[in-house]
Amino acid sequence: MFEFLKGPLLNIQEFVVLSGRAFRNMIRTPHYKDDIIIQMDSIGVGSAPLILLASFFIGAAITLQMSRALNQYGAGGQVGNVVAITLVRELGPVLTALLVAGRCASGMASELGSMKVTEQIDAMRALGTDPVQKLVTPRLIATAFMLPLLTVMSDFLGLVGGWAVAVPMLSMTTTTGFWNSAYQALVWNDLAQGLLKPFAFSLVIALVGCHYGMQTSGGTQGVGRATTQAVVVSSVWIIILTFFIGKFFVGLN
Amino acid sequence: MTPASPNQIPLCLENATVRFGDNVALNHVNLQLLPGETCVILGAAGSGKTVLLKAALGLILPDEGSVKLFGIDTKSVKERELVTLRSRLGILFQEGGLFDSMNIEENVAYPLENQRSIQCPKEEVQPRVVEALEFVELGHTLEKFPSQLSGGMRRRVGIARAIVTHPELLLYDSPTAGLDPITANTIMALIAKERDIRHTTTALATHRYQDGHLLANYRYNARTGRLESGNDSKTRFLVMQEGRIAFEGSESELEACTDSYVSKFVTMPVRG
Repeated sequence: MFEFLKGPLLNIQEFVVLSGRAFRNMIRTPHYKDDIIIQMDSIGVGSAPLILLASFFIGAAITLQMSRALNQYGAGGQVGNVVAITLVRELGPVLTALLVAGRCASGMASELGSMKVTEQIDAMRALGTDPVQKLVTPRLIATAFMLPLLTVMSDFLGLVGGWAVAVPMLSMTTTTGFWNSAYQALVWNDLAQGLLKPFAFSLVIALVGCHYGMQTSGGTQGVGRATTQAVVVSSVWIIILTFFIGKFFVGLN
Repeated sequence: MTPASPNQIPLCLENATVRFGDNVALNHVNLQLLPGETCVILGAAGSGKTVLLKAALGLILPDEGSVKLFGIDTKSVKERELVTLRSRLGILFQEGGLFDSMNIEENVAYPLENQRSIQCPKEEVQPRVVEALEFVELGHTLEKFPSQLSGGMRRRVGIARAIVTHPELLLYDSPTAGLDPITANTIMALIAKERDIRHTTTALATHRYQDGHLLANYRYNARTGRLESGNDSKTRFLVMQEGRIAFEGSESELEACTDSYVSKFVTMPVRG
């Protein structure tokens, strides 16, 4: 009767087991430090140009869209406040995570998936290495370290984009007024929320990407399927999680 | 000859059954491989040859029955202990299983550097890698990447990686699949050479009868450096059909078998 639940439940079980092993390996030897550095470079440095460019224009677009409403109420001077709250609380973490999911979760799934279908994962086990320790844990650590950093950079570039529209382009306020308003809008709660979210999203991106990679079967077609699933599932979870984390912090207020 | 004690028997499958969902990949398989023996596993694609080798390696655990490596049941030990156990084995995967992000030297050095039970001193790694690559006549490919080599060369690197640790049991999964006859013969000659120089217990899964015939009828002469005709009584043949063993015996018994499935695998090789 509940036969249709078997597949999804098995998938969840595999995900939980993989996550548990990935976390447990953080405190077990050997530690593959070189792999962590390589992944940090790939995830962090590799994603930075894309994220900085996107963040700048998102900040600019928000300011552009908000300018009419703010000017209507004579609150053009508060533009920095609006852009800072929108970016730091919500858009910065979510946008960064979605971009990293698109770029890195897909990369992890396709890389691990290719290794799985060409028997490299089996070879790794046969030659004395735990593939979770060698492949998953370094990606998890690297993403958990780099995503919050990318988010901070993204928030800042978003604010610069907002400033570029608000001050030189629309003359809504002065440079000092913009940055003062942005600075005063933020409280510790916002910063905590803005850093906890990317940390939670990083776990989702790395674990979902690696999970679908390690589960790949069915040749090159399977690799394509795993890649798509990794991006879709991690993106959906990012959007769901941002609501619940946001709800928790709104409740704190 | 005194019988080998259980912990000297490299491989022993007792009623081993492996299922993938509703598919039975291995069906109550019994197999014992004694030290120095050669076992040629013949079978069509999907008959369970690869699953048998992966079960032998502890990469797949049986749903029923047991697989014992050197007397240790793969189901009764943790993955970490299996890793130690696997250091006594070498395997050549069907697709070679080489790491495409590493060059040939790093690929062959991988088991020496990562199998902690081997504890190979750092200064010994490179000479042993070179020795293994020269054994397969690829000493000049150290800096190359797998993608820069032909299919046959990749298999030979796979053999070098399998033998670099001097394992007691070697498993070869379809080493000649998809190769031209000349390259296939080169690969089989290397397998026979390794077996006869180090007296390694060998299991070879293949769909080509000629591969088994070569192992059963040719010996490597270290003095002349060539394969020479010579019957090997330690070579056994298995034929797998839909996950079960349809035949087990010597080459002459295989050639005499009248079973319609089994006899399909017996093709008289071109002698020369």
